[in-house]
Amino acid sequence: MTSTVSGPPDTGARPAADDAKGPGGGRPGTGHPAADDPVAQDVLPAPKGASLALLRSLLAPARGRVWLTVFLLLAQQAAVQAGPLLVAVAIDRAVPAVRRDDYGPLAAIGAAYLVCAVASGLLQLAFVRVSARVGQDALLDLRGRIFRHAQTLSVDFHERYTSGRLISRATTDVESLRELLNDGLQELMGIVASVLLVSATLAWLDWRTGAAAALSFVPLAVVMRGYRRRSLTVHRRKSTATAAVIVKFAETMNGIRPVQAFRREAANEEHFAALNRAHRETNVDAMHSMARYVMTSRLICNVSLAAIVVWSAYRVAGGGLELGALAAAVLYLRRLYEPVDQIGMFLNSYQSAAASLEKIAGLLAQRPTVPEPDRPVPLPSRPAGAPGLEVVFEGVRFAYRTGGEVLPRFDLTLAAGRTVAVVGSTGAGKSTLAKLLARFYDPTEGRVLLDGVPLTDLSGTELRRHVVMVTQEAFLFSGTVAENIAVGRPDATRADIEQAAKAIGAHDFITALPDGYDTDVRKRGGRISAGQRQLVGFARALLADPAVVVLDEATSSLDIPGERAVQRAMRTVLRGRTAVVIAHRLSTVEIADRVLVMADGRVVEDGTPAELTAGEGRFAALHRAWRESLA
Amino acid sequence: MTGNREAPGAEAHRSAVRSLLRLWPFVRPARGRLLAGAVLAVLASAMSLVIPLALKWTVDGPIADREPSGVWLGGLAILVLGVLEAGLFGLRRLLVARPLAEVEATMRAAFYRHLQRLPVAFHDRWASGQLLSRATTDLMLLRIFLAFALTFLVVNSLTIVIGFVILLLQRWTLGLVLLAPVIPLVLLCRSFEARYSLAARTAQDQVGDLTTVVEESVLGIRIIKGFGRHRGQQRAFEALSARVRATELRKARLLGALWAVIMLLPEAAIGAALVLGVREVADGGLTAGALVAFLSTALALRWPVESLGFLLALSNEAATATDRYFEVLDVPVPDDAVAPGGASGAEGAPAPKEAPASRASPGDGLRLEGVEFRYPDAPPGAPPVLRGVDLHIRPGETMALVGATGSGKTTLTALIPRLHEATAGRITLDGQDVAALPRERLRELVAVAFEEPTLFSASVGENVLMGGADAGPDELARALAVARADGFVRALPQGAETRVGEQGLSLSGGQRQRLALARAVIGKPRFLILDDPLSALDVHTEAQVERALREVLATTTALVVAHRPSTVLLADRVALLSEGRIAAVGTHHRLLRENREYAWLMSAPEGGRAPRGDLQEGDERP
Repeated sequence: MTSTVSGPPDTGARPAADDAKGPGGGRPGTGHPAADDPVAQDVLPAPKGASLALLRSLLAPARGRVWLTVFLLLAQQAAVQAGPLLVAVAIDRAVPAVRRDDYGPLAAIGAAYLVCAVASGLLQLAFVRVSARVGQDALLDLRGRIFRHAQTLSVDFHERYTSGRLISRATTDVESLRELLNDGLQELMGIVASVLLVSATLAWLDWRTGAAAALSFVPLAVVMRGYRRRSLTVHRRKSTATAAVIVKFAETMNGIRPVQAFRREAANEEHFAALNRAHRETNVDAMHSMARYVMTSRLICNVSLAAIVVWSAYRVAGGGLELGALAAAVLYLRRLYEPVDQIGMFLNSYQSAAASLEKIAGLLAQRPTVPEPDRPVPLPSRPAGAPGLEVVFEGVRFAYRTGGEVLPRFDLTLAAGRTVAVVGSTGAGKSTLAKLLARFYDPTEGRVLLDGVPLTDLSGTELRRHVVMVTQEAFLFSGTVAENIAVGRPDATRADIEQAAKAIGAHDFITALPDGYDTDVRKRGGRISAGQRQLVGFARALLADPAVVVLDEATSSLDIPGERAVQRAMRTVLRGRTAVVIAHRLSTVEIADRVLVMADGRVVEDGTPAELTAGEGRFAALHRAWRESLA
Repeated sequence: MTGNREAPGAEAHRSAVRSLLRLWPFVRPARGRLLAGAVLAVLASAMSLVIPLALKWTVDGPIADREPSGVWLGGLAILVLGVLEAGLFGLRRLLVARPLAEVEATMRAAFYRHLQRLPVAFHDRWASGQLLSRATTDLMLLRIFLAFALTFLVVNSLTIVIGFVILLLQRWTLGLVLLAPVIPLVLLCRSFEARYSLAARTAQDQVGDLTTVVEESVLGIRIIKGFGRHRGQQRAFEALSARVRATELRKARLLGALWAVIMLLPEAAIGAALVLGVREVADGGLTAGALVAFLSTALALRWPVESLGFLLALSNEAATATDRYFEVLDVPVPDDAVAPGGASGAEGAPAPKEAPASRASPGDGLRLEGVEFRYPDAPPGAPPVLRGVDLHIRPGETMALVGATGSGKTTLTALIPRLHEATAGRITLDGQDVAALPRERLRELVAVAFEEPTLFSASVGENVLMGGADAGPDELARALAVARADGFVRALPQGAETRVGEQGLSLSGGQRQRLALARAVIGKPRFLILDDPLSALDVHTEAQVERALREVLATTTALVVAHRPSTVLLADRVALLSEGRIAAVGTHHRLLRENREYAWLMSAPEGGRAPRGDLQEGDERP
């Protein structure tokens, strides 16, 4: 949408920069422009040679099969090359034999030819199947690695990298590796086999011609190196440009309602056209550099050929070379130079895959900012009937990496089994507090303890079993309503799911859906209102049955009956849990045992709702403001 | 998950050629260059045949004769031909590069353009991953097909035909032997084509589904993080990528089998020709030299014939990619009323479908009459969401819309700017039927703040300015002030110039909501629709925004979806939506007294001992 009035210059040449977003976008106090954020870029830093190492590690489990494909290809080539040889034998041997009425040799040759034909066909079949297996296994592995790794990366990373880029890594970048694995392997081996075979023959025919041909490979190598380098640069740009197109495309389609309501179509098209153009230029550049490579390499080959022919002619004249050897050598020279185009094609797909692998490797090299512990510690067991856990913030301070401090150093203890409401204006640090407790982030200093155990010592599974955070974005995944609730506890039975839905008052609307709990939310996803989605989110949390529940503005879209149901659930199903509720609705705050008022990252008031209302502080003022607004 | 397609293979299998022919309108601009490219490819291939002849001539002639001047001539000829060959090869690629990239870009732009204009109902049905995979991988495949497969399909077929003519001229009996595999091969290719395109199509659809899963797992990352791993999502991903692999392996098996036969049969035929030829040579009916010449021509045709295997595969994949592309592009964009003096240039065009009702005065406000709506893909038996909504909002009036969760409030608001089209009844703005207004004009008149405030990857200022066609910095400041967003925007690193990320995720819900509100009010629209506009605001801010919003609402005709009394109190009157109809209209206090459902929806949450503001109203309860 940068085409509106005050947009940054739309360079087109660097779409990545155009779509990079500021790390501190919504975080007051972080004064760094987007360009400084290493994560908000398309190319993430990766160790040198990471793409090749990645490729190697993908192919490593199939090492045996890789060699098998080499063997199959060589055998296939041998079967194919036997044809001309058999023709020669037939003419030299079978013809005289037939004239003697001896059909044996002819039959043998016919049979041999048939065997070769069948062998070349079957070997080809085997080769295609085995190499497809190698390629597809590698792709499956790679896709899985990207997906799983993306899930372990912290929210903080996702907020900056954008979903479009990640999609692009998992789709188009994987696709370019697919192209390499599909045809590249065959191409490469074909080239190697033919170059080796022909050079050996040439050297055997006449070593001088062979040497001259080898000499011609010097300029060819220079051209290839140049092409390789150019091609990698182009493909790097291309993958970035593709990602930019995808980012824009995904954003538009995911926000189609506001796009249409605010008549963004024309402006979007303009912006998309610029990105699309940039992408097209990278395609053109890739094809042009390929064309230039083909032209120069072919030129070098043909000039060398002409030169060697003339030189050889003088050697024949001088008696240094047999005419027959020359004739053969010249024909073989042609064949030697034949695969230079294929080399170009191979290099092209190789560099395209390399550029993509580089970016994937960069993504995989990202370490989660909230790492799993090396030696996880289990939580001490608690007496039955006390389902809550004590939460302690010990000397915690939190600042964004870019420097802006959100929470100055503080200590805070939340008693087990109590409900704490956190209020305060936007930017006061409420959400950050919640995210530290749910370990979306780790504190810059200090630690968060759960019944005395630091969160950093808990395994991810253990942590999520005990601490669940419900955020304001009630996103529904593809699948049924029941599956969406079951996110809270994957092994839950249908009865568990329905019970959770009933407890939160979602059962009625779910059963009213066309297929009840089995309604596909994507097909009718537009029809499940924001409030209903928040109820589904709550049902998830109920089903998860955590000891600590964190609600980050999770009730905003609920209507009053919905809110009533949530409060009922808090008092019944979630009774005895430690709850941290960030809410702006005073009615929600009422049910809390304790209220924390935050301002500028500090807790400025702390007490029971009644105490605070009676006082003269901010909470009382908030309260009054609200009353006045209704007057 | 494959059920997300619109036409799940319902129509009978179409031939690949028919599908590919549909590309013509896009390829048309590039036709000259493409044709020239094909001609150059033929010439280059010819050159590759001529160079060996030149070599042979040089070796057999001047070199054998020890004739230095001839040698130089031969060398020169080889050099010239070689330079020509290199030039032709390169030129072909240079020539087609830009037009082909252009074809891909044009197709993608057309796709994007079309999608933006398709109704929201379409987007509800289609997973965005399916759309995305069409716009990326499918179109890239088409470019590769046009750049490479198409040309070589033509060139190689031509080579094969010419080759066979030469073979038949050399020895027609042996030529016929070589022609024998043609019929089985054609039949085989047919059946291959049918099966392969099915597999290719499946693979492409599965990649689209995979894209969807990836996209969702990123968009829903907070939930995944909040609950630990989303095992269902992970299972879906693993199952789907395993399916993609299985389909790709099936494709490979098919291709391998085709390839095997394409190699086997012609080779066997050559073998047969060899055996027969040897007999003829022995009988003296043929010279050995003639047989060798015949067989070398046949062997030279080996590569063009073999290449048909993967060229066919590529063409089939391109054909299914084309089908997938047109599946979306063929979905008609609903007709739009002609804009007076609009792009169509039809000034004073005849009145749109329906003449504006004359009985309505220009200042009639917003009127809904017998409005019905059911989702296009709703099961046949299901009742419509809205079944006869009648509502009149007077000019300048603010109407609150209240209703139970899922009663269709948001659906109703979507009908006014025609994000969805009402199934029956009519909606008028100042007497003009919305169906008769060009969408562009309609959406200019009506501004919406959605329940879920979506921000785009752009600066704060740009996001807000989207709401007003020619709003400037002053209006921006005013709109931000109304939404009480001026404070936090100023505190952002670059103020209103700060980019908010994809979907504005780095802003809090309340901040996003305020920006969306500012976006709705900046253009001073005649009609304003606010869907629960203050839900994510903290108490303090809510009170401030309400105060400022009141001034805006005083001069605007507005419909405000409300979930709680504080929002309702922004309105002059309230309408209760129940069971697809407007069940009651009146003031908040009256409805609270007289309507049980309304009272239930608006009365204090249970836990609240004293939800103060609400309790004031409670006083008036019967």
